[in-house]
Amino acid sequence: MSDLQKPETGRRAFLGATAAATAAGLGFVALAPGVQLIKFAAAKAGPEGVSGKVRWGMLIDTTRCATGCTACVSACATENAITPGSGRPGQSSQWIRKIELKEQKSGREVSLPMMCQHCAEPPCVDVCPTGASFKRADGIVLVDRHICIGCRYCMMACPYKARSFVHEPLTEQNPQVPRGKGCVESCTLCVHRVDKGEQPACVEACAKSEHEAMLFGDLNDPNSEIAKRIAATPTSQVRADLRLDPGVRYQGI
Amino acid sequence: MLRRILNLVLLVLAALAMPAHAGAGVPKPVLTIENPGQCVAAPEVIRRTHMDLLKHQRDKTMHEGQRGAKGDKSASLNACIECHASKKTGSVLGSNENFCQGCHAYVAVKLDCFECHQARTGLIKAAGAKP
Repeated sequence: MSDLQKPETGRRAFLGATAAATAAGLGFVALAPGVQLIKFAAAKAGPEGVSGKVRWGMLIDTTRCATGCTACVSACATENAITPGSGRPGQSSQWIRKIELKEQKSGREVSLPMMCQHCAEPPCVDVCPTGASFKRADGIVLVDRHICIGCRYCMMACPYKARSFVHEPLTEQNPQVPRGKGCVESCTLCVHRVDKGEQPACVEACAKSEHEAMLFGDLNDPNSEIAKRIAATPTSQVRADLRLDPGVRYQGI
Repeated sequence: MLRRILNLVLLVLAALAMPAHAGAGVPKPVLTIENPGQCVAAPEVIRRTHMDLLKHQRDKTMHEGQRGAKGDKSASLNACIECHASKKTGSVLGSNENFCQGCHAYVAVKLDCFECHQARTGLIKAAGAKP
């Protein structure tokens, strides 16, 4: 494994360093007061599209996430009109799920939501034969259903088991969230809401349930609450060893 | 000689075929446009190019995140549905009097959009259940 990874790491490291240098350059420009304003406005997608200066991410504080609470899961299902399907629970779509972890030795239990981690180096995009699986400039990983042929390679490639395949015809879609049979889908980070300047449905529901375990924001903006929290508290990426640089980070695991 | 005969046969055939075609056509669809007014382009342009407009917009929105772009209100499918959905059913599908289905039935072109996109207006709240 490690032998195989070595050349890949080298290439990635080189590309990463190049990207970092570019990002640093942009960050410097963003420090100018006028540019900061433009950057803030760019958080809402307009006619000019989304900007690569923003990277949307999420911080999940597992110490605040309550065992048994599924507010985020239900909110996701309502927002994206995810229905259970016709009697085959193993086949129904799952954009977000709750996971309970227990450390055998100490008995410490942790509850957390798991969904598409919106990787900076998404393996689902690497393997997609048609280009349907792609990463938007602002870091949101999506499936373009117009191009998706339903081969499900991406489902195999995703280490987070974040993607689902739609097996049955659907009729009750949210007009903002087109979904249909024969395509792979996953958490879109509620892209239709984010582009309006709103927060993802799960984050909103978590705050409403007064757990406030989920924080959404721009990882690239050093003044955003999420960037400040990540800078100040120890957080981790799930399967950081894969070097996918997920946009979703966890605290307390 | 052979060519002359062939020409004659063709002429006769054409003469026979013409009245038959002129008489028995599929009746043109009668569509009620619920929100009459300015569409994004003239009807004859829309009729021929709506699929191109939609496809252009879909790629811009999907991949580049362009929303509310010049022509988004026009070329976004949801904007089409908002204006053209039947007031009776709230949908662009359902019967041959409804906007999208009526015309597509007339020209016999399969309409794939609504296998994924919602054909009805208005956000459907609480459609989802716990998965």
